[in-house]
Amino acid sequence: MNKDWPLWEVFIRAKNGLSHKHAGSLHAADAQMAIENARDVYCRRNEGVSIWVVESKYITASDPEDADALFEPAQDKIYRHPTFYNLPDEVKHI
Amino acid sequence: MSREELEKRFQEKIDAEIKIEPKDWMPERYRRNLIRQISQHAHSEVVGMLPEGNWITRAPTLRRKVALLAKVQDEAGHGLYLYSAAETLGISREEMIEQLLSGKAKYSSIFNYPTLTWADIGAIGWLVDGAAIMNQVMLTRTSYGPYARAMVRICKEESFHQRQGYEIMLTLARGTEVQRQMAQDALNRWWWPALMMFGPSDKDSVHTAESMKWKIKRKTNDELRQQFVDVTVPQAEYLGLTIPDPDLKWNEARGHYDFGEIDWEEFWRVVKGNGPCNHLRMKARREAHEKGAWVREAALAYAEKRRQRQQQKAS
Repeated sequence: MNKDWPLWEVFIRAKNGLSHKHAGSLHAADAQMAIENARDVYCRRNEGVSIWVVESKYITASDPEDADALFEPAQDKIYRHPTFYNLPDEVKHI
Repeated sequence: MSREELEKRFQEKIDAEIKIEPKDWMPERYRRNLIRQISQHAHSEVVGMLPEGNWITRAPTLRRKVALLAKVQDEAGHGLYLYSAAETLGISREEMIEQLLSGKAKYSSIFNYPTLTWADIGAIGWLVDGAAIMNQVMLTRTSYGPYARAMVRICKEESFHQRQGYEIMLTLARGTEVQRQMAQDALNRWWWPALMMFGPSDKDSVHTAESMKWKIKRKTNDELRQQFVDVTVPQAEYLGLTIPDPDLKWNEARGHYDFGEIDWEEFWRVVKGNGPCNHLRMKARREAHEKGAWVREAALAYAEKRRQRQQQKAS
């Protein structure tokens, strides 16, 4: 048996109405222990109302080397933004 | 892309204040330098629990006791944030712990001094955490993203540490003559080691130039040390205590305090392992690690058992 505890990523919802946000990582033997440790490590001062944990190995990340090609298609599409469209000032609530 | 080209692009990002993230290309020396610095910082948080832990059971009131407990618990958390940041650079937690326990990795020398009286807990919070905060506030703007984020969290939590220390000093300084003397004695013993926390003088620091170029550090050791002296002297005056440095005086022209020369022989002696408590601290860490082994193994065995039970239930 591998003697090292696996690494987990911790996501915390600060309050209802907000999404869970990455808080950091920690080691734990299993998911329940990861939640308990996350409470002790990342929520000592009322930082959260809900915790998600996921084992780090299950996260697939995009490669920073490919970032240019990956995000380039969004760069020249200014028509996706509201300011692209010309409307007279008299028109309200739009 | 050639290595020169990669290094040039890397430096351009640093100069443009773009943070470096774990999977980004980085020079090997940047990675190694960061692993050394972050793991050393993490070890310091963990070893730093020992001198203070010494006083938890003897805190004079319940209020002081819960505060000290919370502070020591924070230090454990800070160690963990920092180990996690270092792990993003490709070193494992086990490797780092091994480097600490074998003596290969260093931790802050300040924790190799003993805590003889309750006033030392006040002096540590005020001076040692004060010095650490000065360094850590600078590091919230360090170029490596995970390190900077850990520092933001740590700085938010640390400010209570320094305030609780100063409050202890203030109470003692305003107490009986014996209490006042106890506070003065603690200041006498912790002042110079606190100044040494900023590391060797700039002219002798082997890492400073590169760390500044890569914006791992934003201020030099001597700049931070001066900043610390400038803010701390008035705080000592308010306490009515005397800083143990006959050369300390305000320099109107510089707009800073001048202060005496640090005993660098003592500094290197403690760094090299021959301070008053080096052996004691390492012995305590090794024992904690060895005696805790069965807990780590039991937790894994329990997790495995629970996983098997869930599988059985599902099938």
